[in-house]
Amino acid sequence: MSENNTTKMNTEFKRVLRKILRNPSAVLGFVLLAFFIVVAIIAPVIAKPLNPMMLDENGNPTKLDNPYIMPIISWSSEPVPPSAEHPFGMIQGRDIFYGVVWGTRTAFYIGLTVTILSTIFGIIIGAIAGYYGGWIDEVLMRITDVFMSVPFLLSAMVLTTILGNGLDKVMIAMTVFGWMGAARLIRANILQVKEEQFVLAAKSLGVKDFFIIWRHILPNTIFPVLIQASMRMGSLVITAAGLSFLGLGAPLGYADWGSMLNFTRNWILGTSGSAFTYWYAVFYPGMAMVLFVLAWNLVGDALRDVFDPRLK
Amino acid sequence: MTTFIIRRLLLLPLIVLGVSLIIFSLFQILGPDKLLAAYVNPNVFDKLSVKELDALKEKYGLNKPFVERYGIWLWNALKGDLGWSQVGKEPVTKAIWSRFPYTLELALYAMFPVVGVGIWLGVAAAVNRDKFLDHFIRIIAIIGWSFPDFVFGLLVLMVFYSVLGWFPPGTLSQWAEEIVKSPNYLKVTHLLTVDALINGRLDIFWDALRHIIGPVLTLSFLWWAYLLRITRSSMLEVLSKEYVRTARAKGVPEKEVIHKHAKRNAMIPVVTVAGAMVIGLLSGTVIIEVIFNRTGIGRLAAEAAVQLDYATVLGDTLFYSVILVLGNLIIDILYAVFDPRVRLG
Repeated sequence: MSENNTTKMNTEFKRVLRKILRNPSAVLGFVLLAFFIVVAIIAPVIAKPLNPMMLDENGNPTKLDNPYIMPIISWSSEPVPPSAEHPFGMIQGRDIFYGVVWGTRTAFYIGLTVTILSTIFGIIIGAIAGYYGGWIDEVLMRITDVFMSVPFLLSAMVLTTILGNGLDKVMIAMTVFGWMGAARLIRANILQVKEEQFVLAAKSLGVKDFFIIWRHILPNTIFPVLIQASMRMGSLVITAAGLSFLGLGAPLGYADWGSMLNFTRNWILGTSGSAFTYWYAVFYPGMAMVLFVLAWNLVGDALRDVFDPRLK
Repeated sequence: MTTFIIRRLLLLPLIVLGVSLIIFSLFQILGPDKLLAAYVNPNVFDKLSVKELDALKEKYGLNKPFVERYGIWLWNALKGDLGWSQVGKEPVTKAIWSRFPYTLELALYAMFPVVGVGIWLGVAAAVNRDKFLDHFIRIIAIIGWSFPDFVFGLLVLMVFYSVLGWFPPGTLSQWAEEIVKSPNYLKVTHLLTVDALINGRLDIFWDALRHIIGPVLTLSFLWWAYLLRITRSSMLEVLSKEYVRTARAKGVPEKEVIHKHAKRNAMIPVVTVAGAMVIGLLSGTVIIEVIFNRTGIGRLAAEAAVQLDYATVLGDTLFYSVILVLGNLIIDILYAVFDPRVRLG
């Protein structure tokens, strides 16, 4: 039985793999994502977390206490064009290459944390609403409506303002206001599955509600939610970066693409007529973000095409 | 139809009430002392004695239990008193009302390229399915969809302002602003471009237009990509329907099949996502007004958030939510008008 199951799984896996490999944009998405994962893993190797302004007794740069705070390597705040030593140039006395590389970790950290937490939260709310129905469903869904009536960026901004600035606050804010999509989706799916024979059978056998939801309903409804989550990763990273860009998210000098772009704001508005001289200050962090979001969007699209042909 | 609209209208105040309750509760995390500062003009605030402060706390009900406090706040809000805006240096309601037309103008202008270009390209992609044009449009769309608005905005500023000098940041040039602020300049709609035409000032119209094109370009870029994707998939579905095949078999010209038979039905799902689009355009105004240094309720919210001006953030968010709910209501009604299945269901 179990052997039969594994071979079945294998053929299913091969089918999915073949479908993905045949789609060039899906391949591009997975390659980009793999690239970012590799960069995030080897960040300490390609951008050493050393502070050249603080030397130890042997004259070597000391290790940074927190590698996510970009070390200040020059006292001039004006952008410095790319050179052999600083391939992406410098801004505000900090190495852009360092920030872009360590920013990959920040992006993964924010995106994954918020996506996972808000999806779990949404699944709980949606599952309760869908499974129990009646007034519980009515109340929970109206609450969902209300949460959906505040523009996401603004609601995240409000909560960040109240909690105080910082990445952790941004993540809390985005989780509190980011669960509604998953809740609605899982509820709709559960409403469909609820009346299926196997659920009714489990119910008549006296299986506990929690167990029915956990073992019978969720495995049959979880896929669309996961696909939706992967498609949301990109926009979540954009929102977090947007908050940092406004000065509400990551602290000044944190290795975060949004706050690095915040630095460039002054230089673009301040130098009319010669803005292209500072192109690298926008280009590298900006491109990193676009490619990161693009990777997730392509992967999300590919997963949707493979698992849910209806949505094509 | 009428019952549908009435039901939606009845739900509207409930949702707004819910939003206000959520936002108000969140602000209670701050505690009474920080909150009081949000109600009073700071110039006055510093000179107040402890006794007067207590009187003010009493007036705004900051020492009372939560439910009562919410009631008092709501009552004040209904009377139009949302507190003092430190960023706007005027009462919050006034600060919002004077800035709202700018944001509205921006969002309205952005709708045109989004709807026009998005639907047009979506139909073109669907009709040329799997041909070069389709692939090309889809690649552009997914790249557009992946562009954070502030990155795109910075690029627009760089190219169109710094290099080409076409579209400057800001809302109006200095000279135009002085004329607009002068007392004999008619302000009918408070939308800069429209008022300029009413006053017969083409130079001001042109100046306002020059300032708004960059932000509009940025704001619409992301959303036409979104609309394009929805239009394309919806159009593809409709094109495979039997009645389209029938029309073709009858010898109806291809142009007519696409525009009369298919496109109209393909538009139904497009209208449903218009709600998401309104949310997106409204949220987008926050960052775009900051980048382009435009006056508006978006930048007001962003500045207030950075300076911890709680009253303004609270009032502004509430205002955005009301607009959002109203926008969704209008879309729902339009949807019911377009698709008879909705009002019957």
